[in-house]
Amino acid sequence: MAAKEYAGIMLELDADGNLANLNEWNEEIAKELATEEGISLTDRHWTVINYMRNEFKAKGDAPSIRKLTKESGVDTKELYALFPGGPAKKAARISGLPKPKGCI
Amino acid sequence: MKKLLILGAGTAGTMMLNKLSASLDKSEWQITIVDQHETHYYQPGFLFIPFGIYKKKDVIKPKRDFFPPDANVIMSEIEKIEPKENRVILKNQNVLTYDLLIIATGAKIKPAETEGLNDVLWHKSIFDFYTIEGACALADFFKHWKGGKLVLNITEMPIKCPVAPLEFVFLADSYFTERGLRDKVDIHFVTPLSGAFTKPKASSILGDFLDKKNIKLTTDFNIARVENESKKIISWDEKEVEFDVLVTIPTNMGDEVIERSGMGNELNFVPTDKETLRSLEYENIFVIGDATDLPSSKAGSVAHFQADVLLENIISVSEGRDPHEKFDGHANCFIESGFGKGILIDFNYETEPLPGKFPLPGVGPFSLLEETKMNHYGKVMFRWMYWNFLLKGTELPIESQMSMAGKRA
Repeated sequence: MAAKEYAGIMLELDADGNLANLNEWNEEIAKELATEEGISLTDRHWTVINYMRNEFKAKGDAPSIRKLTKESGVDTKELYALFPGGPAKKAARISGLPKPKGCI
Repeated sequence: MKKLLILGAGTAGTMMLNKLSASLDKSEWQITIVDQHETHYYQPGFLFIPFGIYKKKDVIKPKRDFFPPDANVIMSEIEKIEPKENRVILKNQNVLTYDLLIIATGAKIKPAETEGLNDVLWHKSIFDFYTIEGACALADFFKHWKGGKLVLNITEMPIKCPVAPLEFVFLADSYFTERGLRDKVDIHFVTPLSGAFTKPKASSILGDFLDKKNIKLTTDFNIARVENESKKIISWDEKEVEFDVLVTIPTNMGDEVIERSGMGNELNFVPTDKETLRSLEYENIFVIGDATDLPSSKAGSVAHFQADVLLENIISVSEGRDPHEKFDGHANCFIESGFGKGILIDFNYETEPLPGKFPLPGVGPFSLLEETKMNHYGKVMFRWMYWNFLLKGTELPIESQMSMAGKRA
């Protein structure tokens, strides 16, 4: 399994390059993961990240874009502006979660 | 007398009715099936209609032809499932109670989910081929079309039969070549996925087929809206693709009854245990086929493999035991690739489609992930098997669990 240093800590990564251990995540790591994606985190990003982490804790899977749109308070258009290319996939990675199962 | 109720008499519901009628003790169990439509559609056949290969009559038969003679059938719309009360309310407010419930209410396209899709161009320059109406309208359109930009767009995953969009563009290449129009038709495959298909190895091999057949591929395109006047599809990040004719795979969702009953996820699919097929919320409810939220393909072949597992689990539960059979996500798809050839893929939750051979007693072997005439015959033969064996719940010479025999890892 691959490992990489984020915020001064060596972290294990899964096959998709997402954090292997959700509990090792912290806000500094999120900022560095975001930088890798070319994103500088704002309050709106954090709204999405916090929603995603809570959802994952409750349901055991990262939410799809459709669910994000319905429940996070951030609409689809803005999600694509915040996380260009693939909101569900990128927001999950920055949130320290595995790739959503819906992305098969 | 205990009651087993099946909601939906499509592929999955009909198979379960036949299998259970042959297996459950009739002095203990009364089996009832509910559906609102009289006609059974062979949905895999819709793909061939736009190209004049099948006509409407080739894909429809009365549902009653496939029910056991003594089956208790109710033709009605379903208003609501009340899982806490163990009952189902029909449209006319009649109430059906149950001890065990099987939900097989399927999935359908929802063009209204995308802005501008179900608008002035619908079934004029924008077509689906997941309904009989869409497939027939497109057949009429193609007969007179002189060429231009043909765009196929998948709105979002999951969709029924995830290989059908690829088959569509392969068949379009073949159809317009045979009509001497291929140099006047640009074929463009526009998908929200990062490749031609959902799984990496197959995606790369099928992507090469697109290239070889001169079909343009645009990936990571998430459609936000359709501009009817300028004939463009536009993504959430403002990428644009122009079309003269758009063949769309709209958002697929579970039936509205699931939403009315508060039993679905954001796409009205029912949260289901991926192995036992039991509802995650209710112990006496099982879910099969396209109605589930399983990370397996939504297709008749998958429902068929699930049916073998579900039969065993229903028998166990009916005898007061825990469900022990496990579905492995097995899918087996013949992909029509045009010019009388086909490609076969076989996979499950854990193993992606691999190249090699697929053994089938008495008929095979078929080649996996390769274009052959034999695979095309497999697909053609499947319609006959579907009507004559599969729906009636007869055992087929193919295991419900995927096998590695013949596959090259």
